[in-house]
Amino acid sequence: MQQAGATAEPTPTVPAQLPEESTVDSSSSFRAVVLAGGLAFEREVSMRSGRRVSAALRHADIEVEVLDADAQLLPTLAGQPCDAVFIALHGASGEDGSLRSVLELAGVPYVGSDSTASRLAWDKPGAKARMAAAGITTPEWVALPHSTYRELGAGAVLDLILSRLGLPLMLKPAQGGSALGTVKVSTVQELPEAMIGAFAYADTVLIEQFVSGAEVAVSVIDRTAGPTVLPAVEIVPQSGVFDYAARYTPGMTEYFTPARLGDATTARAADVALSVHRTLNLSGLSRTDAIITDDGEVSFLEVNVSPGMTDTSMLPMSVAAAGLDLGIVLADLLRSAAMPGRSAGSS
Amino acid sequence: MSGTRLDPYSGRYAARTHGMTASEIRALFAVVSRPEVVSLAGGMPAVTALPLDAVGSMIGDLVTGHGAATLQYGSGQGDLRLRERICDVMALEGIGGGADEDASPDNVVVTVGSQQGLDLVTRVFCDPGDIVLAEAPSYVGALGVFQAAQAEVRHVPMDDDGLIPEALRAALLRLRAEGRRAKFLYTVPNFHNPAGVTLTVERREQILALAHQFDLLVIEDNPYGLLGFDRDPLPALRSQAAERVIYLGSFSKTFSPGLRVGWVYAPVAVREKLVLASESQILCPPSLTQYAVARYLDTQSWEQQIKVFGELYRERRDATLDSLSALMPDEVSWTDPGGGFYVWLQLPDGLDAKVMQPRAVAARVAYVPGIGFYADGSGQRFLRLSYCYPEPDRIREGVRRLAGVVESELELRDTFGGIDPATLHGADTP
Repeated sequence: MQQAGATAEPTPTVPAQLPEESTVDSSSSFRAVVLAGGLAFEREVSMRSGRRVSAALRHADIEVEVLDADAQLLPTLAGQPCDAVFIALHGASGEDGSLRSVLELAGVPYVGSDSTASRLAWDKPGAKARMAAAGITTPEWVALPHSTYRELGAGAVLDLILSRLGLPLMLKPAQGGSALGTVKVSTVQELPEAMIGAFAYADTVLIEQFVSGAEVAVSVIDRTAGPTVLPAVEIVPQSGVFDYAARYTPGMTEYFTPARLGDATTARAADVALSVHRTLNLSGLSRTDAIITDDGEVSFLEVNVSPGMTDTSMLPMSVAAAGLDLGIVLADLLRSAAMPGRSAGSS
Repeated sequence: MSGTRLDPYSGRYAARTHGMTASEIRALFAVVSRPEVVSLAGGMPAVTALPLDAVGSMIGDLVTGHGAATLQYGSGQGDLRLRERICDVMALEGIGGGADEDASPDNVVVTVGSQQGLDLVTRVFCDPGDIVLAEAPSYVGALGVFQAAQAEVRHVPMDDDGLIPEALRAALLRLRAEGRRAKFLYTVPNFHNPAGVTLTVERREQILALAHQFDLLVIEDNPYGLLGFDRDPLPALRSQAAERVIYLGSFSKTFSPGLRVGWVYAPVAVREKLVLASESQILCPPSLTQYAVARYLDTQSWEQQIKVFGELYRERRDATLDSLSALMPDEVSWTDPGGGFYVWLQLPDGLDAKVMQPRAVAARVAYVPGIGFYADGSGQRFLRLSYCYPEPDRIREGVRRLAGVVESELELRDTFGGIDPATLHGADTP
């Protein structure tokens, strides 16, 4: 259980103007593989991300093949080598570092964070602990496996947690995305059922103090000139909860890009996103989700190494708000990942 | 400053689209298509058991030899030759003889699957707010049609012998006391979807007697009636009460769901309205698939093929029931279908099939949570297993995985289910 203190690192600078054109040599032909699908809970979202990414890349004159992460993948990559892979897989395998480890073993370049960094970012409690240690504020939390509750008595353990964190709480599977299994608990009566629901998605459940405020998503892209923070997206779900339906049903959530934060808070949010990206050794692209508290504090929730790319996803909104073309940005990331001398997973 | 909702059509949608949102359950089903997952979810017929070469050659000939008709518009009511053959099929369940003097191809309306037939019937009879009676549970596709028509569904309980006549009487009396009436009763009497049970002959008579007494129209949806394992088909409700029952039939289970051919068999007055409603909806059913079904019935031993399907499904039903008996915890119970595609399973008290679904997907087994088969949000303890598609070995593996999932959920219930929230810190917080 940890409570983070104030930001200790120097404030990174947000570029005043982002480059509109490709920053990477794009003169030669390029063949990319987009990985989409998989067996995780987010397969459907991943398929949509994959379709959007491949369409954007084709628009940028990149030859694209979309492959599922199945038993045909490695033979296909061996038989028809590509210049680099874009991972549009969400959830386990795509984000937990396992697939990235295999690509590293196979020597296949890919966009994004390497397996070690992904593994750390994927685990919400682990990422929160690292960020808290780095001085980034994050809601106070407890993360325990089912076995702990079973062995010590769920009532006694939850009573301790409640006495420390109070109500309301956010319950989240320790790993996973798209808010699957995430629920807000406002009364103790709701807690037992909510615990059972969250444990259906993961063996460990993160219980987090609920922090009220504006929800924002801050994306970072890292082409050749170092990580760049894109305009933050402010998320205002109609129902008040940014759950699965609110994320993927057009009309159920209002998005403001750039977020209505004011210059100082905008800079702090960018600061946090950049710190997360650097502290966790992320590369290529990342999306940090945070709450801007009523007193303007930026509270880190989680980071995604394979951000959604669907029609309702936030990273593409940020790219557009920055005046960039999604296809060119993604093509740059692929070309950067494929550069000679680059290790797999870098860009 | 305004943001974007990513939907420029917000504010224009009809009220009936309320609730059409992205769903976690639907998202979880995306993995079902992967071969690693044993899907006991979808009711997909085993179409590879068909004589595919013969069917392919037959359909090829329909295009090359008869394209002027098969690729052209057709009658709004459907092709006459097919309607004649549909009468032959219905005769197997007693329709068209005895008291049914009305039996005639003239009273058959061919539809795009029986799903369109149900939609037409509902459009013809239901205004927003009207009441429809339906079994508890009911076919999820029917509930979708009723919801789209903005009808109010009132469920009537069923047991191992199908719809309970006493419960139907009670429901009708309640309506009468409210000064209201049901537009119709929707029922799947044979090998029910999702419950797998069949309405007994005795109860058929009782329910028809109630229909007469309360002037109730009955919609008999019968896609599975010919797929019994242990006995000849029971007489259709329609065969006992020609003016009281509208019958929905389908070739999706006895031939092919990909052709989308079904029908409505209705009294004359209703038939006319159904034809007009169908013409405004789809102009005419597809000619090519109608000719394909008619040709199949004319040239292939279709009754023998139904027996082939029945034997195949019986073997899969047995694999399902044997595995459930061997592997499921004691507190789990299920129905014993005598035909059709489905077993309806009841989980132990405190378990919720929808909540359990992510764990099942992680274990690579899929089912349909029971809540989708109820219009009133109940059914949490139930789930539907379909045995029609996977091979018996896969079924056994799927049930083994599912049993492990149920065991894990029982552990969770034991851990968290016994908590008294009143003893927790913050219990007095409003």
